[in-house]
Amino acid sequence: MERDDIIEYSLHGHHDEDTGKKIRKKIWFVTILLTVITIAEVAMGAYIKQSSSIWPLIKWSFIVLTLFKAGYIVMIFMHLGDEKKALRNFILIPYFLFILYLIFIALWEALAINDALQQNVI
Amino acid sequence: MAGQSAGLDKSTLWGGKESPFQTSYGKLMMWFFLVSDALTFSGLLVSYGFTRHDAQEAWPIGEETFNSLPFLGHGYPLIYVALMTFILIVSSVTMVLAVEAGHRMDKKGVVKWMIATIIGGFFFVGSQAWEWYHFIHGSEFGKIELADGSQAIVKGHFGEIENFTVISPGRHHKKGEVIKTDLMHEYQHAALEGKLKKDSITLHDGSVARVNKKADDHMELIVKKNGKKNKIGTKIQGKRAEELYYASLYSGKKDQVIYGANLEQNEYGPQQYAQFFFFITGFHGFHVFSGVVINIIILIGVMMGIYQKRGHYEMVEKTGLYWHFVDLVWVFVFTFFYLV
Repeated sequence: MERDDIIEYSLHGHHDEDTGKKIRKKIWFVTILLTVITIAEVAMGAYIKQSSSIWPLIKWSFIVLTLFKAGYIVMIFMHLGDEKKALRNFILIPYFLFILYLIFIALWEALAINDALQQNVI
Repeated sequence: MAGQSAGLDKSTLWGGKESPFQTSYGKLMMWFFLVSDALTFSGLLVSYGFTRHDAQEAWPIGEETFNSLPFLGHGYPLIYVALMTFILIVSSVTMVLAVEAGHRMDKKGVVKWMIATIIGGFFFVGSQAWEWYHFIHGSEFGKIELADGSQAIVKGHFGEIENFTVISPGRHHKKGEVIKTDLMHEYQHAALEGKLKKDSITLHDGSVARVNKKADDHMELIVKKNGKKNKIGTKIQGKRAEELYYASLYSGKKDQVIYGANLEQNEYGPQQYAQFFFFITGFHGFHVFSGVVINIIILIGVMMGIYQKRGHYEMVEKTGLYWHFVDLVWVFVFTFFYLV
């Protein structure tokens, strides 16, 4: 029996040939961007030693570039950018709140333990 | 209860028809799963960060540990893992192209791009197998325990072992015999057993042989565990490094050197380092492998025309979400395990 009370959301993604062309162009743009970022990261990692004075800067730029790459993958490749705003926030906000907190307490604790080890407290 | 809504205006009622997220059930559930999986991986990487921050300088550095290429040997920091990252990014691109083709109901396009994705996935899993093999076997020098009790990793070019010439016969080898096979294995085995002396090696059959080995080049010791004299982070180069290294290797004591990695010890740094390597890259590799299997199942469905008949290719989109997620995780593993 056909039901008229169900909306077939699966069909919402459909598009025509012209839109497809635009989407493909965007996909290739993101591909080149991700590749260039990866090459830049490897070059920095290979040529700048961790003992160098600018290493903290390099380390943070790795983290920023990684988040940048992750953003493109999630928003473009996984189409989260095209979903409803409610869905986007519902997935990202609780995740980020929890993980940022976890990173903060874990690393803070680790540094404290290292301190204690250095001073032979434990 | 039912009667209460009777007087309300129809437009203010939700009516239960429209979903708040305007997404199909399957896709929503895939997102739920991915969020929970992301929490698992975040937990692993945060615990890695925790261990690393309390170990500080003793922790190995990515470009010192991963600097080999297949067939080319050492001296190519991070190139191999960059190649792996590139393969995974490309396979993510072919996947998104398959999803796009699905949105146009282009069955041929979906098949083409999904096959490309699966090939990329196999390449990645294969690369990871090579990396594990290399990680487990380790370098030619290994990690050495110096006379003062400190431990150091060894960099540089290992002079090739040309042959062993038997000087005292054992059960298998006669005097004067020149052994040319399985040299590295015998050498490392003897080193672990403390049966390696300045010019001679005791082989597993009890025969003693002279080692003909070329000189090492550019040797450098990097101390990773405090001893009485050498502290973490100390670097010793050149002749002095060779003297210290071989003094320990030829000391006749057992287990002065560690080659490669297992779950009890490893030549790269603290014991947890190898465990995190095996667990995190292994767990990710398992995700890639299951992703390839799921992709193959969906590809069969596409080829049979199931989704064409259904009127949409949302199954390709859902497996695509999983595949992109695997790529996403690798981006973070790449940064925090190899780069930083």
